Amino acid sequence: MEHLFTDTAYMLTSWMVGLGIKPVWADLILLVVQWAIIIAIVTVNVIILIWLERKVSGFIQERLGPNRLGPFGAFQTIADAMKLLTKEDIIPSRADRWIFMSAPLLFIVVAVMLYAVLPLGKDMAVVDLNVGLFYFISLGSLSTICLLMAGWGSNNKWSLLGAMRSVAQMISYEIPLAFSLLGVVMIAGSLNLGEIVNAQNRYWFILLQPVAFLVYFIAATAELNRGPFDMPEAEQELTAGVYTEYTGMRWALFFLAEYTNLVAVSALAATLFFGGGQGHWLPSWIWIIIKTYLIMLVFMWMKWTFPRIRMDHLMAFSWKVLIPVSLANILVTGLGIEFFRGMGW
Amino acid sequence: MSMVTINDMAFVCIALFTILSALGMVLSRNIVHSALALIMTFIGVAMLFFHLDAGFLGLVQILVYAGAISVLIIFAIMLVMHGEPNQTNRFNPSLGTHLWGAYIALLMTAGLVAAIWFSGLPEVKGRTVEDAVGLLAELLLGKYVIAFEVAAVLLLLAVVGAIILARGVEEK
Repeated sequence: MEHLFTDTAYMLTSWMVGLGIKPVWADLILLVVQWAIIIAIVTVNVIILIWLERKVSGFIQERLGPNRLGPFGAFQTIADAMKLLTKEDIIPSRADRWIFMSAPLLFIVVAVMLYAVLPLGKDMAVVDLNVGLFYFISLGSLSTICLLMAGWGSNNKWSLLGAMRSVAQMISYEIPLAFSLLGVVMIAGSLNLGEIVNAQNRYWFILLQPVAFLVYFIAATAELNRGPFDMPEAEQELTAGVYTEYTGMRWALFFLAEYTNLVAVSALAATLFFGGGQGHWLPSWIWIIIKTYLIMLVFMWMKWTFPRIRMDHLMAFSWKVLIPVSLANILVTGLGIEFFRGMGW
Repeated sequence: MSMVTINDMAFVCIALFTILSALGMVLSRNIVHSALALIMTFIGVAMLFFHLDAGFLGLVQILVYAGAISVLIIFAIMLVMHGEPNQTNRFNPSLGTHLWGAYIALLMTAGLVAAIWFSGLPEVKGRTVEDAVGLLAELLLGKYVIAFEVAAVLLLLAVVGAIILARGVEEK
């Protein structure tokens, strides 16, 4: 069970090489297959996640949530997806057409590309990159531009305001996010996600870096534009922020990308702080799914528990609290590493 | 005749992409389109770094330039922009400005070429550096630590200056 996927991949490559295909091309084809599988899993997963989110919010708010279609309303999201697929695709006549149309596509492309380095099990990253963690952070920063494109392209004041808010928020929270991960990198001594997982053989990093995890969790919530930090799309004041002018499938793409990002960020948290695929009895890829889902449940719990924070408070919180705390965490980590080295650990 | 490898083809594609986006930036009439083309240029440069096996530098290029600085540029543009967006990046018709532009571009190119030529950068051929990030860190925090720190102080000063410019000094 443990080597199910790695063995399948190996068999596939050797089969292709046996057919007389050059190893380079066989690797390329394997890459395409892996991408296709990841995209398929992500899409199907979002259907489950949206249902789960609605059920969790219903549970927290003491109501039933979706309960008409299928057992426990499980088919509700599928019906919603069908509805969105058949809706008219409206493009405002004064919109900046190309920017408006390409923004959701780029957003989902960036979101899916994050999965390239995530080890979804032992030795199961699509690309085993030396600077994997850094890749994750720097690609994540590109999603700001997609939101900015959407806000600008819509030619709508609400959209633009929403875009401004989300960009200001994402840029400010990117800094504590990256700083919080530095503590982990310092202890593991590597930017390779697989090696960071291996470094957690004895202790999970949540035990060594609890402050870093808290900062990461808060900053990630803001990066995802999720509640309680969802000012960019605050319905009461901005209708739907960036998404105001989007309809049908383009709107659904944004939604898809947001949940894709949520999974990626949670999987990264599981990898960095909860030992990734490490665990007893079950194969590593099942462990990482369990851990990712648990972290996502906490994200949902937060969203439906806390009220929104005011925009200026939100920015002040990042610059005046999170960044100093994460910097102090780096200092303490460095001192701790030197101290324990001096003790001869 | 030498063979055209996949590597060369990749380089040509990336270089074409970069140059075309740079041209798009210069030639676009809409200044927001120009800014977006600039981001594409940055990404093209990052891909050139990847192609040279300098993954870390490429990612820095994406994070700092494509992800942060260009967003600030777009912000600034949007905040000061008024009038029709299609007219925001107009061409200046006078010949004198053209000449000045050409002159400055030439000067920049000459400066860059001279800098690369005389810096005596060692040529790395046919071998990839294993732990590029570690080596880079050792150089930045060892041999070049003073330049590194000076750059940091410079940025800090710029931030303080920007805040003072934006908020103004309190009159007593």
